[in-house]
Amino acid sequence: MDGSSMWQEVSRNLRWRRGKGYLFEALGLISILVGLFVLFLLFYDVMRDGLPRLIPCRGQAAFPFFQCDLSVTVKFLTSFPSRRPEEAGIASALVGSVYMIGVMMLFSFPIGIGAGIYLEEYAPKNRLTHLIQISLANLAGVPSIIYGLLGLQLFVRALYNITGGRSVLSGALTMALLVMPLIVIATREAIRAVPDEIRQASLALGATRWQTVWHHILPYAMPGILTGAILAVSRAIGETAPLITIGALTFVAFLPEGLRSPFTVLPIQIFNWVSRPQPEFAHAAAAGIVVLLVILLSMNATAIYLRNRFERRW
Amino acid sequence: MAAESSEVSPLVLTSKELKSSANWAGRLLFEYVIRLVLLVCALVSIFTTVAIIVVLVEEALAFFREVGLASFFLDTQWTPVFVNKHYGIWPLVSGTMMTSVIALMVALPLGLMSAIYLSEYASPRMRSILKPILEILAGVPTVVYGYFALLFVTPILQKIIPNLAGFNAISPGVVMGIMILPLVASLSEDALHTVPHSIREAAYGLGATKMEVATQVVVPAALSGIAASFILAVSRAVGETMIVAVAAGQRPVLTFDPRGPIQTMTAYIVQISLGDTPVNSLEYRTLFAVGFMLFLITLVLNLISDAVVRRYREQY
Repeated sequence: MDGSSMWQEVSRNLRWRRGKGYLFEALGLISILVGLFVLFLLFYDVMRDGLPRLIPCRGQAAFPFFQCDLSVTVKFLTSFPSRRPEEAGIASALVGSVYMIGVMMLFSFPIGIGAGIYLEEYAPKNRLTHLIQISLANLAGVPSIIYGLLGLQLFVRALYNITGGRSVLSGALTMALLVMPLIVIATREAIRAVPDEIRQASLALGATRWQTVWHHILPYAMPGILTGAILAVSRAIGETAPLITIGALTFVAFLPEGLRSPFTVLPIQIFNWVSRPQPEFAHAAAAGIVVLLVILLSMNATAIYLRNRFERRW
Repeated sequence: MAAESSEVSPLVLTSKELKSSANWAGRLLFEYVIRLVLLVCALVSIFTTVAIIVVLVEEALAFFREVGLASFFLDTQWTPVFVNKHYGIWPLVSGTMMTSVIALMVALPLGLMSAIYLSEYASPRMRSILKPILEILAGVPTVVYGYFALLFVTPILQKIIPNLAGFNAISPGVVMGIMILPLVASLSEDALHTVPHSIREAAYGLGATKMEVATQVVVPAALSGIAASFILAVSRAVGETMIVAVAAGQRPVLTFDPRGPIQTMTAYIVQISLGDTPVNSLEYRTLFAVGFMLFLITLVLNLISDAVVRRYREQY
């Protein structure tokens, strides 16, 4: 084989290999775009079904807000569920969600952040610490519906005298256990990002461990902890299965009166409407989904803003 | 210098110093209490794990005392709410397997390809835009995906696939795959990202093209992390509840035909929870028997994933 034909062979081979490479790159990009496209379709589908029910507008889309009937929106947000889909609203679900999440935060934030601080700043390297870490890793992978079964036995039944059964408090405690691993992980990462020099400087000046943590570590770690906490809350807002399992109701025509009151939440209300055959209920479900997504997206945006605004690079 | 240091450590304490040492004792006590409180916070995780196991085992044992392991694992029908009761778990397992396999057929290839693209091809700027958008997919509540599967994807699939029922395993499976995609993409990308640049450059130096470097050098080097992300995806698919509860139907049949209605383990738990099941009835206990199976499956998968990462991680 003379030199020029060998060179032709090599360059043909190389062209072929490069061609395959471009195809491969295109496949990678397409894979991502498939995900993004489905996300777009999902938003489009929900808006198409839900917006006319949530904010009905007349005429063309050129000046939507001038011709929109916001009284329907207000009515949807402030009415109770109903047998008649056109009168149904999400008042009890919205209030139930806010109430339950509020109570959940009271439990999950201090415990989750406390556990994170303990593991990063105090925990000795021993069996117990190892056991705690294994439990946390395991808990993060347990399906959410299993937490529902735990809540059903522990809070609804065993602690009936305290929680009042299938109540706001039972739901909040169950969800607190569910999101705790997320908050612990976020806290640990945020604390780990604070450089050791700050810790050492504080200790060298005679501060105690807790003074160091409280006055020096936590202020720097706070944005990271907050970001994680917001993401944990947004997870809890969208969570449905464990609350169905502990027996949150699907049809609630009253606002929760106290911690021991029965309740429902927004995702369960949506689930209830989706399960019905009438298309009008499907539209009510879509309108509920729009409200849910607006809440979640604004929370995620807040988390991203906080992270970018306060993140420090050392 | 020497004179100064002898001044700060006199043998006799002044009254001011005595007071500060009393403060110091109080402070130490406070420190001790804080430490104890924080420890208790951390112990909540152990408590939760133990409580989950105790609750599931206790009620599942009560169930098996009445039904027996043999009929649970050998019967092929699951009809606890009918008059003619059967307690064979396999219909629920086959339903769960079908939706999970379909989900993984979507999530694994797309997730891995996305990860390779993000890690090897995308510019930093593109990556900083694409990744957060992809993560929104993971933040959408599952009940919303259920709505999407039932009322958007199923009608479209019905035009393509003949004899597809309104409730089926394909549509929730595909949608679940899209939901899990960001998990696979982001964990695999982390794994690819830790492969050092020197290895890539060595391969380029030997004349490899970009694709050859990606598929024959970087992916094998990151294989443990990728495998772990795959196993976590399986665990997530098995435990997913609302998508299948909304869109897959409520018919526990032992079948491998994904076109008709089926029921998964998680969807069964939802179905029973929605009804008025009397506490301590056998029906109530089926919840925990099924939950126990589910817990065992996901626990084993999570442990394997953890072990894979530990065992096969390449250290650079």
